[in-house]
Amino acid sequence: MFLIALFLYAPIITLIVLSFNSSKTRAKWGGFTTKWYVSLFKNDAIMSALFNTLLIALVASLVSTLIGTIACISIMNLRKKTRSLVMGVTNIPMLNAEIVTGISLMLLFISFNFRFGLGTILLSHITFCIPYVILSVMPRMAQLDPHTYEAALDLGAGPVYGYIKVVLPEIMPGITAGFLMAFTMSIDDFIITHFTKGAGVDTLSTKIYTEVKKGIKPEMYALSTIIFLTVLVLLLLVNYKPADRKKPAGKEQSA
Amino acid sequence: MNKQKRYRKLLGTPYYLWSVFFIIIPLGMVFYYGLTNRNGSLTFENIAAITQPEHIKGLFLALGLSFLSTIICILLSYPLAMILSAMKVSTKSFVVFIFILPMWMNFLLRTMAWQTLLEKNGVINSILSFVGLPALKIINTPSAIVLGMVYNFLPFMVLPLYNCISKIDENVINAARDLGANSFKVFTKIILPLSVPGIISGITMVFIPALTTFVISKLLGGSKILLIGNVIEEEFTQASNWNLGSGLSIVLMIFIIISIIITNIFDKGGESNFL
Repeated sequence: MFLIALFLYAPIITLIVLSFNSSKTRAKWGGFTTKWYVSLFKNDAIMSALFNTLLIALVASLVSTLIGTIACISIMNLRKKTRSLVMGVTNIPMLNAEIVTGISLMLLFISFNFRFGLGTILLSHITFCIPYVILSVMPRMAQLDPHTYEAALDLGAGPVYGYIKVVLPEIMPGITAGFLMAFTMSIDDFIITHFTKGAGVDTLSTKIYTEVKKGIKPEMYALSTIIFLTVLVLLLLVNYKPADRKKPAGKEQSA
Repeated sequence: MNKQKRYRKLLGTPYYLWSVFFIIIPLGMVFYYGLTNRNGSLTFENIAAITQPEHIKGLFLALGLSFLSTIICILLSYPLAMILSAMKVSTKSFVVFIFILPMWMNFLLRTMAWQTLLEKNGVINSILSFVGLPALKIINTPSAIVLGMVYNFLPFMVLPLYNCISKIDENVINAARDLGANSFKVFTKIILPLSVPGIISGITMVFIPALTTFVISKLLGGSKILLIGNVIEEEFTQASNWNLGSGLSIVLMIFIIISIIITNIFDKGGESNFL
């Protein structure tokens, strides 16, 4: 158990140590420094990549949560055959290889003359995020007692008001989980972005990938250390049950 | 009521349109490019191109390495998931937290950090030579790629397995014990069959990404070892031969479908065994 934890954390410790290394190459240790943390904020390329990453993740997860949740209402009301067809299509981006999803979207954008850039990245991210939202909202939706909603209607609530007051609170945990999963998936994605981004637009992942060939700038280690520590603190603060966040991925697929 | 139902069905329209335009049509285009040549006439040569030595080598190497990584992941995760599910609730959530946390650091950076660790004069070899052991030479070899795969995908095996095992009813295990089963029998007859769904979803979440990766092999395998993912990526980004790239992608998808079918057969087999 300890060995596996060591295995998981060895690279992370390496990165944190490297972020304090004053020598520019990662091969040798040149003494302790915090200068990369200062120059990081002056590095426009990294800062704009960070901004793009966060912007795309936020917009993509919001849009996919909206589309996905509304779609769930509809899917629940479909006949069994149509429903399984829709769910089959929904599963494609999750089961298919990311590289195939990436190139298929790239071919689509090329054939329809989309201009490659933030927009195409965003469209692709929404595409692969929606299934995660649907798969975490669906089970909640299925567990709903239809009578509570009908009772609300009998008591004079309109269909929309009834949904917002009765159904929405019930499925909220599913929506939140779906949103968080979409957000993480989007932030962490490299492969699909790699194929759908235009020249000059970079997210953190694609920036790192191009830097790997030339040698990674130490500022990147500094940034990732900051991100890592922020996430660590946030997770510890917000809820001490982080297991819920990633769990649905395994649960839904096995169901 | 019926009218309302129709109205509710209509709510899905944005998503249905979206999935047709961004899932089905793109896939159709992969097939279109894969089954035509540059002039647009129908051909199977892009798919047959898989038999060229470098392509078939990439495919078999990818199949072999991802199979090996999946097995290693199962072997590492199973005891871990069992230990986890036997823990007290408070320690349990802490340990699960420990396993999820690394996933929040960019995976390219984490994989690249392994380069630093494994290099000829890297951290691990410095430690080994300090203790007086011979140096490890695994960077730029298939073993380094397997290590990278296991490292990256291990949590995707641990979590579904843990989910599945922790849901097993304690009473079923106790009943088996009461009926005279020893620990080994309890494991093979109760825990293992009941955890099959977890193993299955773990396998799909590890094997397919590992089979199709081009990043891990590029970062840890050097430029000489090409997996099928690298071949396809290069056809698109460097050689700009979309037809060939699409053709090879179709072959890759066939293997994905085969692996899904195989795991599903095992899934059903496991269930019927139990019943």
